[in-house]
Amino acid sequence: MTARDDILGRIRTALNRPEGAGPPPAPEYANQSLIPARAQGTPAELTERFIAMATEVDISIDRVAGAGGVGTAIAAWLSAEGLPDRAVVSPHPVMDAYGLDDAPGLTTHRDTTRGDDLVSITPTIAGIAETGSIMVTTGPGTPYTLNFLPETHIAIVHVDHIVGGYEDAWARVRSNGEIGTALPRTVTMITGPSRSSDIEREVTVGVHGPKRLHIVLVGDIEGGADGKKI
Amino acid sequence: MAHQISLDFSKNAARAQADTDLQSALAKLQRDTRLARSIITGRLPEFEDLRDRAVAIKDHTLANLDHYLETFEANVTDAGGHVHWCNDAGGARETILQICRDSDAKIVGKGKSMVSEEIALNDYLIAHGLEVVETDLGEYILQLRGETPSHVVMPAIHLKKEQIAETFRDHHTTLDPDRPLDVPRDMTEEARAKLREKFLAADVGITGANMLIAETGSIVVVTNEGNGDLTQTLPRVHIVIAAIEKVVPRVEDALSILRILARSATGQEITCYTTFATGPKRPDDLDGPEEFHLILLDNGRTKLLEGAFRDVLRCIRCGACQSACPVYGAVGGHAYGGVYGGPIGAVLTPALDGIDKAWPLPEASSFCGNCEAVCPMRIPLPGLMRRWRDIAHNEKLNKAGARRGLALWAWAARRPALYRLGARIALRLLKTFGGRRGYLRRVPLAGGWTTARDLPAPEGGTFIDLWQKENLGKTQGNTTGKTGS
Repeated sequence: MTARDDILGRIRTALNRPEGAGPPPAPEYANQSLIPARAQGTPAELTERFIAMATEVDISIDRVAGAGGVGTAIAAWLSAEGLPDRAVVSPHPVMDAYGLDDAPGLTTHRDTTRGDDLVSITPTIAGIAETGSIMVTTGPGTPYTLNFLPETHIAIVHVDHIVGGYEDAWARVRSNGEIGTALPRTVTMITGPSRSSDIEREVTVGVHGPKRLHIVLVGDIEGGADGKKI
Repeated sequence: MAHQISLDFSKNAARAQADTDLQSALAKLQRDTRLARSIITGRLPEFEDLRDRAVAIKDHTLANLDHYLETFEANVTDAGGHVHWCNDAGGARETILQICRDSDAKIVGKGKSMVSEEIALNDYLIAHGLEVVETDLGEYILQLRGETPSHVVMPAIHLKKEQIAETFRDHHTTLDPDRPLDVPRDMTEEARAKLREKFLAADVGITGANMLIAETGSIVVVTNEGNGDLTQTLPRVHIVIAAIEKVVPRVEDALSILRILARSATGQEITCYTTFATGPKRPDDLDGPEEFHLILLDNGRTKLLEGAFRDVLRCIRCGACQSACPVYGAVGGHAYGGVYGGPIGAVLTPALDGIDKAWPLPEASSFCGNCEAVCPMRIPLPGLMRRWRDIAHNEKLNKAGARRGLALWAWAARRPALYRLGARIALRLLKTFGGRRGYLRRVPLAGGWTTARDLPAPEGGTFIDLWQKENLGKTQGNTTGKTGS
């Protein structure tokens, strides 16, 4: 008898289920969606909510109208914050569209990192309005370490990729052509810079992961309050 | 650190109550977490429905646990991972040590894991020559101090920052002894630098899992610090240790439970990092572990599945019951002696370590019901404590005096006339001794009450007398000729 047989045997005895009983009928709740109202709305509403929720958890947000302006905006932000002008960029073809390599005041290299880079720039799969989270995945052009080791993490989010709830973000992962049907090794929802309240429950930011999380939001969207663009 | 079950909860509790630092830390913890939880759950109108959903998910999974575990195992294997089933602590420790030896590991980085505390993993690995480093800030502090966690999600909540500063000065001896360590930020920065070296040097990373997802073979790890992520990505080998009740059927089920987990634990909408990891590094990935091992541990769970205590297997280790419990708030987590303090400990420790040793824990409750009210998984904790009390009583584990007293009370309660007479006499005596002050300083057999405070003398008649008088009065007032004898 292996431990596996022991454990499964004890479970079946406790539940009075014969071996090979097969999958149970789908539970009643499986087809009843329970998505919070705050994860629903028009694209403009979701964009506004995403910005508001992200700001609550100490994420800074910059807006650019088109992808080509991202590099310049990042260079300006780094300079204004007094941060280093050298950044490691995810070695992924989508990063080519952002004008990162020729932006004045910004030096970039495409690589993974072992922690000697102070600033990273990465793509995201989605922005999640429900909690102001971003979703990132690992793959051939998107190493995990860029999201965690540098002190400053700059994430690029497209307005078109802002979704309502966690489920919608997962739907984007599952339909992402690049990865086919297999899941990426990791799918991570990041909600603000690293933090801890382990010492006397006082919140301190920047424990093991990034001390700053900065989002560059690309594009705008019709349909805001007063007919404005958001 | 191995945990030692103390036979003497009351002695532990008395020591805790005399510790003024601990008392102020506990008061702050409970005040802050209650407020944060009420604000954050108030913002989500669906919170109660989500609790019901989470209960339904776990009940369904537990009722078909063998199926979901086999599905999970098949999907982990498909993704290139290895599943190791372990009956008990000993089996899990040996399996983990073997994996470490097979990969020639010297340094092990560890994410926060309560189940690793259950099996006293660190002591075992260290005794076998490995360097083990806890990477959660709270757990790191405790490891330096040789202490165990006192709260499920805020392990070092019993310490003041001055104590932590002293610990850092004692252990980080290569740093300037006069450096400032006055505020949590100073200590956080110091720990960040120290632990960053370890993250990069670790050969093996060990984490727990908040959930296991059957349909994908994924594990879910949530942290605020990001240490869980660095632990599972930088080393060559990632070992996950999880108990069998952590599995849920689908990604959507995990997402529903995530909506109540952080809100109940720390009063956040969601933790900073929520990572779903599936198997080892893919051929084209640029980073990630070469090997992925999952320890699937029973350690008493199948026994709990059998019946009366199955509900406790819904627990998602959020610590809400600890933060809400007045007994925990008075004595802290260490007084409970086992791995888990507070109401969840009072129910789990007797199952994990034996009711013969742990019987005082379910006694340490006023049954106020706070724990059940805040438990996101609606575990009937007071009811389960009462079951343990029944078992302890029937097995004659509780104090002989208490059993004799209960037997006497039961004998009298079966003789109503005698019971009423006895109650009237006792009432008269208490009134007489209470005198004009209306308080008694000392009452025989009730020293537990009167050493700390006076006992108010009863007013009026016995409960039964008052009830009858009240009822009779009402009946007479409403008389229309139909009532009466």
